[in-house]
Amino acid sequence: MLAHLKEQLSAGSAEDYLQSLFMKIKKSKLNAFTTLAEESALAAAREFDKKPWGGLLAGIPIAIKECISTKGIETNCSSRIMRGYVPPYDAHVVERLKAEGAIIMGKTNMDEFAMGTSTETSAFGPTRNPWDLSCVPGGSSGGSAACVAAAEAPCSLGSDTGGSVRCPASFCGAVGLKPTYGLVSRFGLVAYANSLEQIGPLTSTVEDTALLMDVIAGHDRRDSTSAEKGSYLPGLEDGIKGLRIGIPKEYFGEGVNNEVEKAVWDAILKLEDLGATRREVSLPHTKYALAAYYVIAMSEASSNLARFDGLRYGPRSGEDKDWHTTFSEIRSQGFGPEVKRRILLGTYALSAGYYGRYYLKALKVRTLIKEDFLRAFKHVDLLASPTMPIPAFKIGERINDPLSLYMADVFTVPINLAGVPAVSIPCGFAGRLPIGLQLMGPHFGEATVLRAAQAFEEATPFHKARPEVA
Amino acid sequence: MITRDDVEHISWLASIKITDEEKDEFVGQFNSILEYFHQLDEVETEGIELTYRVVDLANIFREDKTSRSLSQDEALKNAPRRENGYFKSPRIV
Repeated sequence: MLAHLKEQLSAGSAEDYLQSLFMKIKKSKLNAFTTLAEESALAAAREFDKKPWGGLLAGIPIAIKECISTKGIETNCSSRIMRGYVPPYDAHVVERLKAEGAIIMGKTNMDEFAMGTSTETSAFGPTRNPWDLSCVPGGSSGGSAACVAAAEAPCSLGSDTGGSVRCPASFCGAVGLKPTYGLVSRFGLVAYANSLEQIGPLTSTVEDTALLMDVIAGHDRRDSTSAEKGSYLPGLEDGIKGLRIGIPKEYFGEGVNNEVEKAVWDAILKLEDLGATRREVSLPHTKYALAAYYVIAMSEASSNLARFDGLRYGPRSGEDKDWHTTFSEIRSQGFGPEVKRRILLGTYALSAGYYGRYYLKALKVRTLIKEDFLRAFKHVDLLASPTMPIPAFKIGERINDPLSLYMADVFTVPINLAGVPAVSIPCGFAGRLPIGLQLMGPHFGEATVLRAAQAFEEATPFHKARPEVA
Repeated sequence: MITRDDVEHISWLASIKITDEEKDEFVGQFNSILEYFHQLDEVETEGIELTYRVVDLANIFREDKTSRSLSQDEALKNAPRRENGYFKSPRIV
């Protein structure tokens, strides 16, 4: 889709295309965007139309999640505490996008500081699911998925700490990839839980995700966990004859919606038709992944979010009192309830007397979960499962019961604990709500993951379906 | 069991002032979440290593060379209060 768009833009007008997107967004009921960079984007498009430049993404507009720094465009993580913050520099991924000719069109709504599964914790109000406006788009990159699914943007970037790219991709019927930890530089990504998170693309097709990975992946000396890149577009069409796919038995059965389970099994059988082989595998510590994930993520969050004090950016009003009181009040007003919950629980898990019981224990369980994956990948090339155990739920349905929201992440968080890559691709519908198939690969196995996703997409119609309500 | 006093103490440690209503709400929620976390106790982890990070990268060095950084104006641009080219903080003592 992006390759075709690129040709159209070079032959036609990038400005007209961008204008049509902005018009659509302004009439939209989705609330997918928080900031539109109309002036800078239209100026860039006009320049492009006058004298088109080259690059893998020449002239293509892209939407960026609120937590990824964009020079000159407000970046506030959908939180009151960062309201008005305009970064003086670009994130590494944004530099890469611009270097390949892309145009940054705006910022997308998210759960506050990426803490959520529904995009309901945003200080800007919830984003709606383009397939059913009364449902959540998933989260935390809900805006980035909804805008792509509703064709308000041709592609976007999200971030995935425990499923935040894959969950909204699944709920909105988009393609979303969580890359191997270290493959995409986190420089300029506002940290929530930095040992877990990666920036990843959200697109309409697998090919577009491969294209964006070719642009954003690669070493950056400003991120000390940054690795060397591979190559994703070449080889995408090589098919999956003989590919060994493992079915983790812990990812099926109890707690999985029937329609989701059926669609995912149909998808697995389709992959078999296409030449793959299938065997059951076991990831025995799956049951403990959710608890380990939340202990680690909350602990890291309590440390990372200590920097938000209203001193260097963000709102600060009234008379200053003493240091601690002033900051405690700014943080009280600036953070929403879910962010407070996670910071407080993380503080508790790291506090004297509890550190060993919660944090260190979770890090050991993380080792066991990672070993589950390493063992499985000795016998299979990929693993296949549902991305989410359920289709999108109603706005307001779970927000008052934090634990029930956390439970929805059961199949996405193990991937972040292990640091392996996983993609969610559309594989069917429950009523009119999309269902996502999750394909997981070994560390730096993106090329294989995307090759299998491409084979499935070419053989199925699901990615072509478009929502009517948007 | 976590108590209301515990919640108050944690909020002080975390430098987040919370209201009485928040305390009441958090006590219940924290207890149910912590109870869920306690299933980690079932896992035998004797002798298991800690995984702080999943990539085997350590001691990444760079050349000790100066390079361009943000100007003072750029760095201060977002600060709600500043004075003489500095961030202005509340009184410490």
